[in-house]
Amino acid sequence: MSQLDKNLSLAAHNSNSLNISQKIGLALGFIGLFILLLAFFNVSFPNKRLWLFISITGILSGTILYANTTYLSKPKGISNNGVYHKSISNKGVIAWIIGIVLTSFYVALYWFPKYLGLGENGATNSGIVGFFDPLSLALNGKIASQWFVYGTLYTIAILGLGYKFILKYRHNKYQLVRTISVMFFQLGFAFLIPEILEKLNPEKAYFAKDLKNMWPLNYYFFNDWHLKNLLNGGNLGLFMLLFGISMIFIISPILTYFYGKRWYCSWVCGCGGLAETAGDSFRHLSNSSQKAWKFERWSIHIVLALSFIMTIAVVFTFLNDNPDLSFITKNQFIYGIVGFLVVFTGVLFIFKRNDLDTDAKFTIGTLIAIIISSLMINFFSGNTNILFIDSFKLREWYGFAIGSAFSGVIGVGFYPILGNRVWCRFGCPMAAILGLQQRLFSKFRITTNGGQCISCGNCTTHCEMGIDVRSYAQKGENIVRSSCVGCGICSAVCPRGVLKLENASEKGRINANDILLGNDVNLLDLINQK
Amino acid sequence: MEHIVIIGNGISGVTAARHIRKQSDKKITIISAESEYFFSRTALMYVYMGHMKFEHTQPYENDFWKKNKIDLVTGLVVQLNAKLKTLILDDDTIITFDKLIIATGSKPNKFGWPGQDLKGVTGLYHKDDLENLEEYSKTAKRAVIVGGGLIGIELAEMLRSRNIEVTFLVREKSFWGGVLPFGESQMINRHIAEHHIDLRLETGLLKILSDENGNARAIVTDKNETIDCQIVGLTAGVTPNIDFLKDSGIELGRGVKVNRFLETNIKDIFAIGDCAEQHEAIGLRRSIEAVWYTGRMMGEALAQTICGKPTQYNPGHWFNSAKFLDIEYQTYGWVFAKPLENEAQAYWEYKDGKKSIRVSYDKNTNEFLGINTFGIRMRHEFFDKVLTDKKTVEYVIEHLKKANFDPEFFTSHFDEIKSTLTQQLIEFKSA
Repeated sequence: MSQLDKNLSLAAHNSNSLNISQKIGLALGFIGLFILLLAFFNVSFPNKRLWLFISITGILSGTILYANTTYLSKPKGISNNGVYHKSISNKGVIAWIIGIVLTSFYVALYWFPKYLGLGENGATNSGIVGFFDPLSLALNGKIASQWFVYGTLYTIAILGLGYKFILKYRHNKYQLVRTISVMFFQLGFAFLIPEILEKLNPEKAYFAKDLKNMWPLNYYFFNDWHLKNLLNGGNLGLFMLLFGISMIFIISPILTYFYGKRWYCSWVCGCGGLAETAGDSFRHLSNSSQKAWKFERWSIHIVLALSFIMTIAVVFTFLNDNPDLSFITKNQFIYGIVGFLVVFTGVLFIFKRNDLDTDAKFTIGTLIAIIISSLMINFFSGNTNILFIDSFKLREWYGFAIGSAFSGVIGVGFYPILGNRVWCRFGCPMAAILGLQQRLFSKFRITTNGGQCISCGNCTTHCEMGIDVRSYAQKGENIVRSSCVGCGICSAVCPRGVLKLENASEKGRINANDILLGNDVNLLDLINQK
Repeated sequence: MEHIVIIGNGISGVTAARHIRKQSDKKITIISAESEYFFSRTALMYVYMGHMKFEHTQPYENDFWKKNKIDLVTGLVVQLNAKLKTLILDDDTIITFDKLIIATGSKPNKFGWPGQDLKGVTGLYHKDDLENLEEYSKTAKRAVIVGGGLIGIELAEMLRSRNIEVTFLVREKSFWGGVLPFGESQMINRHIAEHHIDLRLETGLLKILSDENGNARAIVTDKNETIDCQIVGLTAGVTPNIDFLKDSGIELGRGVKVNRFLETNIKDIFAIGDCAEQHEAIGLRRSIEAVWYTGRMMGEALAQTICGKPTQYNPGHWFNSAKFLDIEYQTYGWVFAKPLENEAQAYWEYKDGKKSIRVSYDKNTNEFLGINTFGIRMRHEFFDKVLTDKKTVEYVIEHLKKANFDPEFFTSHFDEIKSTLTQQLIEFKSA
């Protein structure tokens, strides 16, 4: 009986009882958050610098302590127990509360920053924005803006919850390396470097210094104020302009050819970084039905078309208004774009017409729509009007509907309800472009291991992009999908070792055997002949 | 139009239906008493553990069946009249068929233990088992699992996920000792302990004791120890689920007797999957194979026959996989717990005690016979090819790295594996 007694637990098994370290972790984290909340309600702290430090340290150390106790006490391995039993991860009360709070925060951030305490028209900051002044002054020499607060909180979320993610998947080195990568790019390239650059160039106008943020995800890259600032921004500005353009046309295609779009979407991108770390608890909520896939094709391509047309219109107006700043005319620009897209689409069609799945067809259709729109812009536009619409209005509306409402409010605010990749999947124009390339010109695929699949559905359930991975795996087909961001979780959760993310020869990348390995060769032949 | 009726909507029956549909427009009906739509039985554990919802276990969306004109009937077949080619369901519906496929799967073994039908006693097979388990788990503090195989350890993992204490009774000297060689089996023993499961080796069940309300309250082991428990998991293997065929005239053994074309003794009646029993075992396989993949392959083969291309069930090289708590297991070819007469083995185990490789080969010819791999994923295609090409064990060891299917960045042990296994080969030769 001794062995039995040793194992006998007094705790009722179904209660999610916390141990003492978890309680301390929770306390630290929520005290940190509570300080932020007080700041939000304009409590005036005597020593802001100290309290801000306490708050951030509390949040980070609380997260670390909680994660340590939760994960390190158990053997390494998949730890999804209870994901569908917990309120937070199964669209329960806690999930809704978080969703509503996040959504409200985004609404205030984008449209009503004064409620966050942003001093408008020269007034001093108060509230939570004012609370971040000391940190902002230390980093970039200016008082905080709502974007600084947002950037800081965003980075804290990626770092803290990235740490949690690493512990959760500590048996899986791919997850480890990938998560360190997103944490590094967020902290360095999106947060520290831009802030420090800003401090070093205090007199230069602002431009997006986040090196990794490419057009069209960074939709204002080609906007006139941004182009002007880049062109007037001295060597750094010129470097950023050239780097930005080479990212789009050279670096990104090369990396995507060798590694698939994952090099960006789940290794570098900030949106992806947040989704993979803070959003990990919600990945299984992504809808994997056929219907959602159909919707995805429409929505992501509409955004892609809009982002192109908006950019073309904006550059067109810019060239029209500032002929002296550029070496090409607006006519040359439009015909250049049209020529490029016609050649690109033509080559695609000629060489890949047999490989085009529905996703790729949609993208090609979108490109054609963009070509036609560009030509119409040229013929039917006045000096400030684009297709009879004010180009500034067009840009404003894109910024409002796509840049803010879609990517922020719905994209992140709805994490606990719709899953963590809503923006990436249904909206991101960058993802659409990289996806086309991944589907047609890339070495990347998820390989299916012979006949080992048992159709359990873990892969499909935990795919954050809502890909029905099982539908391929159970047929022995490789998975080559535009939307796959290469997070590798399908492979991690597979209990039978069926899936592997690989960069290998393009030959045989997209296979479609009707019969899986296991039956004798004759039957295989028979089926494949038909 | 020929009417194909399939009893059972598991992997075997559904695969047959799908492949018949691919090649013909015969009328297809699937009858199931268990659930309206096909689900993956192997995934039931993940529903209990909260990794998935039940609907996630269904590989096809609900409108798939209508789109593919596969009729689904919910009901239990109580009688088969082979002469009239009719089935009678429990609600007295009569269904007429032109060809019948029996794919009724298995049921958990019960060996006549006193108390085996009490409340709180369950197998882990049926969808209902999951629902019962959910109910019992609300109040249970301890469970006893009887039978140390793949399902037993899954059930143990499930119950542990809800913090229910588990005592695991295993008849053999070591976990799954009839199938796993000593090294691998010991590895799993240790891993079971690491998960705070109370493993009792060489221990069997004597009887289950009842409380005043007909609930299981304790079990007595064959060592006369009484263990209080509220759940008893019976996972000592499965038997074909064929009781309803007793008086049908179909030849039965332990399962439905079939030939290599999966035909029963009665024309136009076939059996596939767990419930089918080959007249003669194929190669080293068992005559009844209760495995996911074999069910699927039988379904694929039979669909050919039914669509006019007579095709034997001709399984290729044996393979299987499982996951023991956190340790993944794959096997390709044959590796026996007690090596066959012509078989020699070489074994490598990583120092953390959670990864291992065992290769088995022919002593005389050095032909590679099979591999067990724990904690390292391997490519099916690689081993299928080397087995077909009858490569030597040296060749396989030399090229093992190519078979690696672990995710990127995983630590590679292949140099160590190669030198360890090669060393053992040399030692064996010189001994």
